[in-house]
Amino acid sequence: MMMLLPLLFGAVIAVLAGLWRSAAAQVVAVITTAGTLVASVVGLVTVVADGPISYELGGWPPPIGIEYVLDPLSAYLAVIIALIGLLVTIYPVEAAFDLRPRKGVPLYPLVLLLLTGLMGVVLSGDLFHLFVFLEIYAISTYGLVSLGGDRGVFAALRYLLLGTIGSGLYLLGVGFLYFSTGTLNMADMAMLLPAIADSPTVLGAMALIVIGLALKMALFPLHVWLPDAHSYSPPGVAALLAAVQVKAGAYGLIRILFDVFGPAYTGEGLPVSVALTYFGLAGIVVGSVLAIRQTDIKRMLAYSTVAQLGYIGVGIGLATPLALVGALLHVLNHAVMKSGLFLVAGGIIQRTGLKSIPRFSGLGMRMPLTMTGFAIMGLSMAGVPPTAGFFSKFYLVWGAIELGNWLVAIVVVSSSLLTVVYFLRLFERIFVAEPTEDLVAQATEPSPRVVGTVAVLAASVLAIGLFNVVIVREILMPIAERMLG
Amino acid sequence: MMELLLDRYIYVLVLVLLAIGLYGVLVKGDLVKKVIGLTIFSTAIYLFFIEGSLQEGGTAPVLLPDPENPGAYLNDPLLYVDPLPHLLILTAIVVGVGVVGVALALLVRLYRTHGTLDEAVIADRLAGKAPDIPSADERRDTFGVGDADDAGDGDA
Repeated sequence: MMMLLPLLFGAVIAVLAGLWRSAAAQVVAVITTAGTLVASVVGLVTVVADGPISYELGGWPPPIGIEYVLDPLSAYLAVIIALIGLLVTIYPVEAAFDLRPRKGVPLYPLVLLLLTGLMGVVLSGDLFHLFVFLEIYAISTYGLVSLGGDRGVFAALRYLLLGTIGSGLYLLGVGFLYFSTGTLNMADMAMLLPAIADSPTVLGAMALIVIGLALKMALFPLHVWLPDAHSYSPPGVAALLAAVQVKAGAYGLIRILFDVFGPAYTGEGLPVSVALTYFGLAGIVVGSVLAIRQTDIKRMLAYSTVAQLGYIGVGIGLATPLALVGALLHVLNHAVMKSGLFLVAGGIIQRTGLKSIPRFSGLGMRMPLTMTGFAIMGLSMAGVPPTAGFFSKFYLVWGAIELGNWLVAIVVVSSSLLTVVYFLRLFERIFVAEPTEDLVAQATEPSPRVVGTVAVLAASVLAIGLFNVVIVREILMPIAERMLG
Repeated sequence: MMELLLDRYIYVLVLVLLAIGLYGVLVKGDLVKKVIGLTIFSTAIYLFFIEGSLQEGGTAPVLLPDPENPGAYLNDPLLYVDPLPHLLILTAIVVGVGVVGVALALLVRLYRTHGTLDEAVIADRLAGKAPDIPSADERRDTFGVGDADDAGDGDA
């Protein structure tokens, strides 16, 4: 609760501040997200040490009233959301949103509303409440995507149609569950479900919820809205969407499949886990191959998001503690790497206006700091050992080998080669080729705030890589072991 | 078979509406028809919840006084309609109105720029395949970035 309120009030205050002076809205946004980050970190430390905290909304006890639960999993996600949110709001507004907001354009209020929705999704302990927050963040996303010019508007409308169908299917699934158990509280339902785990209603509910949330998470083959929405929206928005917004769907899947369904998911019944694994694998391959074919940098990053979400899908599908740790670690890694890459792309666009990769020749000499950050994050995407990206794949492969699922292990390892292909092509352009364009030859390092945010993200990629053992041992392994009993 | 249909006709209706809605969103080429399809789809879900809460012979969920025992109330759940789904759907309707509002704002914006609401035409135009791009569109389309007044007049 302490984490939701500042964002919500911040959104309201930022509307007023934006009416008064557009820079004031950004200041409000930075202050509120920073406050939220502090609250989330405190929350994470507290729940890891003392166990979950529950808040009863309106004073009604949980099975009847709405409950917010802060357990290690939601606290972990909350920290990621607050961190990325803070960095995106610090990032300069012209580069983040491709435009100077005029008075009255509720830019930062929309960002804060998006973050509020995401926080709500991870904190909610009630299935219907989760739906409401899904829609809150979705509506602000549609607004933000439509800021990206004409293509952005079209992409936003297409995303709106599919996104609403996704949440509609989720709601229908929740309806099935409500009418078979009579409760909406997650913990309460988890106790009631094992008795009726095999009934067709529950299995139907599971299918509907999985399809709905997979659509929200853009898991292959339901990813069709993602490339347009992420590549035509402004870079700052794309960073938020790729880093944290699609992860809310992933969180929903993990929470509901493991915590609420539990035995129904891991048991016989429906082949959901098999489907998630193989669609995840297909997503990895298809996303990587399509990313190689793109010439627009943001579009390439968007397709690579499809591939990276595939890893998370595989981790959820394998459903062993190690694979789940891999998926959760990848949620963090991908958030840090992909937001960093999009913010670098924003910096390039700010200085040169270029988006087409073949025209990037020689940028490495003109923007050494930014491009070094870019290189670190690119290497991490490919999974080169000391960086963060290596370790999440490592846990996934380890989990797959433990299960004897060699196909998964082989695809995950060889997909790294595909990632190397599309990043090497970029590196060759940026660092080896001579500048061919005047725009590049005159380009300078982007403004200090761009370099600063990129540096923080690049440093955290290395830090997560080096200290991943601590994160895994203290936070992720207990979560995974508790969820898989 | 016939009896099952008559017994469960609401569920059949819900399924048919869901199918019509999905068909509208996925197949129709006109963007307004897609939004209409979306509305039908969500209405079907609302109907499903309301039907589920129905209690044959039940009344509004206000406790009835017990006729045989003054001062006490009847607490047999079969007497009352389940109020929770109504509440949920009220919330879902509000959320749905918000979504449709955003969709309509985006539609207005698209229509002002392109003069059409045919999805295929707009997609072709944005991909640069159709030659007849209006000049205002060309101006806005550099870098795929809107100019300053782009953000204001979209109502989005």
